[in-house]
Amino acid sequence: MAHIMTLGAAVAAVLQDGDTVAIEGFTHLIPHAAAHEAIRQGRRDLTLVRMTPDIVYDQMIGMGCARKLVFSWGGNPGVGSLHRFRDAIENGWPHRLELEEHAHAAMANAYAAGAANLPFAVFRGYLGVDLPKVNPNIRRVACPFTGEELAAVPALRPDVTIIHALRADRDGNVLIEGILGVQKEAVLAAKRVLVTVEEVVDDLGPRSPNAVVLPTWTVTAIAEVPGGAYPSYAQGYYARDNAFYLGWDKIARDRDTFLAWMKANVLEQGPEVFAAHRARLAVAA
Amino acid sequence: MTLAWTATEMMTVVSARALRSTDVCFVGIGLPSAACNLARLTHAPDITLIYESGTIATRPSVLPLSIGDGELCDTALTTVSVPEMFRYWLQGGRITVGFLPGAQIDRFANLNTTVIGPYDAPATRLPGSGGAPEIMTHCGEIFVTMKQSRRSFVQKLDFVTTFGHGEGGDHRARLGIRTKGPTRLITDLCVFEPDPETKEMTVTSIHPGVERAEISDATGWPVRFADTVAETAMPTELELATLRDLHTRTRQAHGVGG
Repeated sequence: MAHIMTLGAAVAAVLQDGDTVAIEGFTHLIPHAAAHEAIRQGRRDLTLVRMTPDIVYDQMIGMGCARKLVFSWGGNPGVGSLHRFRDAIENGWPHRLELEEHAHAAMANAYAAGAANLPFAVFRGYLGVDLPKVNPNIRRVACPFTGEELAAVPALRPDVTIIHALRADRDGNVLIEGILGVQKEAVLAAKRVLVTVEEVVDDLGPRSPNAVVLPTWTVTAIAEVPGGAYPSYAQGYYARDNAFYLGWDKIARDRDTFLAWMKANVLEQGPEVFAAHRARLAVAA
Repeated sequence: MTLAWTATEMMTVVSARALRSTDVCFVGIGLPSAACNLARLTHAPDITLIYESGTIATRPSVLPLSIGDGELCDTALTTVSVPEMFRYWLQGGRITVGFLPGAQIDRFANLNTTVIGPYDAPATRLPGSGGAPEIMTHCGEIFVTMKQSRRSFVQKLDFVTTFGHGEGGDHRARLGIRTKGPTRLITDLCVFEPDPETKEMTVTSIHPGVERAEISDATGWPVRFADTVAETAMPTELELATLRDLHTRTRQAHGVGG
């Protein structure tokens, strides 16, 4: 059963130094507040897993939390480079970052394989490309029925998955609607799960019988953090702050500007700052 | 009357014209997204637009900044998970055309979006593969859109992120790939199409006011021109007005001024 607790207590309970952690979200519902809490708690030597590392992983890499990155597309979507990610790879700042690099199809299949308790994922992919030359975890298997050669990658089984969702009820059942990304698969593939939510409610409310609900017994800890996905968004609560994504380029480009921003906006703040962003970007219900 | 347009507008308009109302199109962010929505708002009203965030048959009134903006979900027929998108819809062979960009391209329309320089010590680290390798092999055909320069149109890629026509000829078929691969390369200067035999990207249409020498100067390999080279039709007033309206609405929605 999920325990509902403060964000600080939840991060301390599920995430340790050296863990493999998937902080997932596909443009929508990216758990920024939880990532900031991990940075404040000084987590180190993490293996960060995510299909689309964006600003939160740029921040964690720049603050020295990560030893390794497992990913398939690292950029600021629609804007350009992730400068902290690039600085780590190109110049080893603040330290060297090990990479395990994939394509989206591989990562999506690898999460699904993890959720399905399979050792590896199989799919049609990686034909004619160079990534298998630099990633020994990309291999080929023959179909036992037709002999067709297919791509294989290990299942993703994170120690911890952290996601942001719309709401949870008081029993700890979690609702996700809108763009779903790989969050359900990442949760079911993980040993421990932290979900931040916009609100904890008595009843999850009107929804389709096919809505994505994570039963409480699939989740370790829940923390209520209104606005916790900002500058990403939460469907029906607030819009994406595209201006922030555009502005991040300038903040992250320079090491000192980045560190000063992190000190003022993350290290010296708490999760309560996210609520004001939610209020500013609120969408009509 | 005389119309003025930018090179980017020309590229976007030419890309939009390549799409049909019956297409099911896998849309990338940036110019492809503008082109696909321009097509939908002009000659291809029934086109099905799919973004890799899982939104199917979406009809955004402003262009998304990212692949998963709320606008895409709000206006979609349905939204599926990302594993479902890559497994059932893309690998399942449901998508007729995909649009891809590249940082580097070679004469057989192989693409690099991974690194400039060696992989282990890159001069420039680029975003990586994303969905591109499997979009290139699973969509019925691929349109590539890139601005031309000698930095990006190169003799040899630093890294093959995405396999176009490989070494040319029947290389796709030899790898067991049954889709057509890159059928058009749309640039700010011209349109390339693969030679039917060699699969080398060959200029088949030149945009108004562009000289052959400009194309050769902006390309890192000896450019081949088809026996018959057309002049690309100018953008129409409707195409330009629709595209500019779309961009104006988008800038306002993203909070970066009108």
